[in-house]
Amino acid sequence: MDRIYMDYSATSPLRKEALDAMMPYLTENFGNPSSIHWFGRTAKKAMEEARASIASSIGAADPSEIIITSCGSEADNLAIWGVMETYGKKHIITSAIEHHAVIDTVKILAKEGYEATYIPVDEYGLVDPEAVRNAIRPDTGLVSIMHGNNEIGTIEPIGEIAGICKEKGVLFHTDAVQTLGHIPINVQAIGADLLSFAGHKFYGPKGIGGLYVRKGIRLEPQLTGGAQERKRRAGTENVAYIIGMAKALELAIAEMPDETRHLTTLRDRLIKGLFERIPEIKLNGHPTKRLPGNVNISYKYVEGESLLLHLDMNGIAASSGSACTSGSLEPSHVLMAIGLNHETAHGSVRMSLGKYNTEQDIDKVLEVYPGIVAKLREMSPLYVKTTCARKEFCDESGTCSVNK
Amino acid sequence: MYTDIVMDHLTNPRNMGEIENADGIGQIGNPVCGDIMRITIRVKDGVLEDIKFKTFGCGAAIATSSIVTQMMHGKTIKEALALTNKHVAEELGGLPTNKLHCSNLAADALHLAIKDYLTKNPGAVEGVDPANIIVKDDHDEEQGPSCGSI
Repeated sequence: MDRIYMDYSATSPLRKEALDAMMPYLTENFGNPSSIHWFGRTAKKAMEEARASIASSIGAADPSEIIITSCGSEADNLAIWGVMETYGKKHIITSAIEHHAVIDTVKILAKEGYEATYIPVDEYGLVDPEAVRNAIRPDTGLVSIMHGNNEIGTIEPIGEIAGICKEKGVLFHTDAVQTLGHIPINVQAIGADLLSFAGHKFYGPKGIGGLYVRKGIRLEPQLTGGAQERKRRAGTENVAYIIGMAKALELAIAEMPDETRHLTTLRDRLIKGLFERIPEIKLNGHPTKRLPGNVNISYKYVEGESLLLHLDMNGIAASSGSACTSGSLEPSHVLMAIGLNHETAHGSVRMSLGKYNTEQDIDKVLEVYPGIVAKLREMSPLYVKTTCARKEFCDESGTCSVNK
Repeated sequence: MYTDIVMDHLTNPRNMGEIENADGIGQIGNPVCGDIMRITIRVKDGVLEDIKFKTFGCGAAIATSSIVTQMMHGKTIKEALALTNKHVAEELGGLPTNKLHCSNLAADALHLAIKDYLTKNPGAVEGVDPANIIVKDDHDEEQGPSCGSI
């Protein structure tokens, strides 16, 4: 069976150019960058070139502002704990729709005596910058608001939020794991103090990420026992992976205009096609302020995992914010935060498109998906067939004669 | 994560639908949990002559409902009351641990349908009092962590 991958927000394949750049540093140039001999120096030089490339890719002022981590989650942890443990402030602000790496970390801080404010979002998943302003207190140590949401794809107004933080003298961190390499990022133009990213979201390797930390910001290390990363993150550096990540990022940025066109065309065609073919569905996230490859839709009366399993049987790989994918009962905090009821949240599926998707992939999805939804609705005790395809969007549905 | 038997029932659900003017209807679960099962039964001479299901839920929820209708077809009310959710999971070749509680409710739904039947037809099956058929629906009090990262 031809398999169609539509889960690029979960991870992406390593691109060939990045792998080629990595190979020598997995084999002959294997030295530890901390070693003084030729092997060490060779590795160190390549690693520092990669760091400089990453710094330049995100518009950082200096390569020393990049701390390499093992993944995006580690970068988020380092940013949050690192700042809060350094500056002695008691209050942290984040949003209700952060990735678990941020929101669960903030919850742990709150258990350990810090105070947390979770800024709610509107129905599209947007954070209101004024709500952030109003939440800032004299003892606020950090504001952490994500750049692009991993589930619903909404892109937050982080430039505006960063401006408010600067005005108020509060540090601003953003989790850019879903956006770096996909939409333009210049840390200085945005005004971010800290920014997290992960290599495998832009066709680099898994197990490598990084944190931009503006010069002058101090950070309590969370991994100790070595002087690596300017004493901010101990441990022998993953040289080959750093090189692979830098290469993948460089190419992602060079290809971004074409890539964005490619993805938004496919995305919008997929959304339009699904709306034409399947009644009673709802697009989650913002209609325009959204990641180029993100399609998140709720299919009323059916449950997400059943949809995923049927899609998978047809060779289509997607993911779901439904609780049943993990066996817990609560659906995703993001879908609840944008105001979906439980039933609708349980019936949501995310398709995240990437570089290697084609028009034919979209055709295939549009061909098989309506049948899958119809089959599961037929099976659902919640489903009441109506002749009105747009019932949920209609203010008159209560009195509509077509609907009756 | 699912056995071939589960996948088979998900792909080709048995006895899917609803019996019109059913002798008994049992429904369990709620939309908050993401699982709702409705089982309808037709009873003749103390035997389950027909069983159908409708389910909103994950793969495990659908497969357990489907296999219950197959397992209990033609069985007596007493046999059906002896069925447990655990039996159902075993018949499917096992379920992932995290699904054992949250989606494995088909036997309960069937018991509720039988209770409904016996309440409407008191004394229909000798020695079975519907008041003694107790299905604990602690489902909506259950709190779990959210679904993890996607």
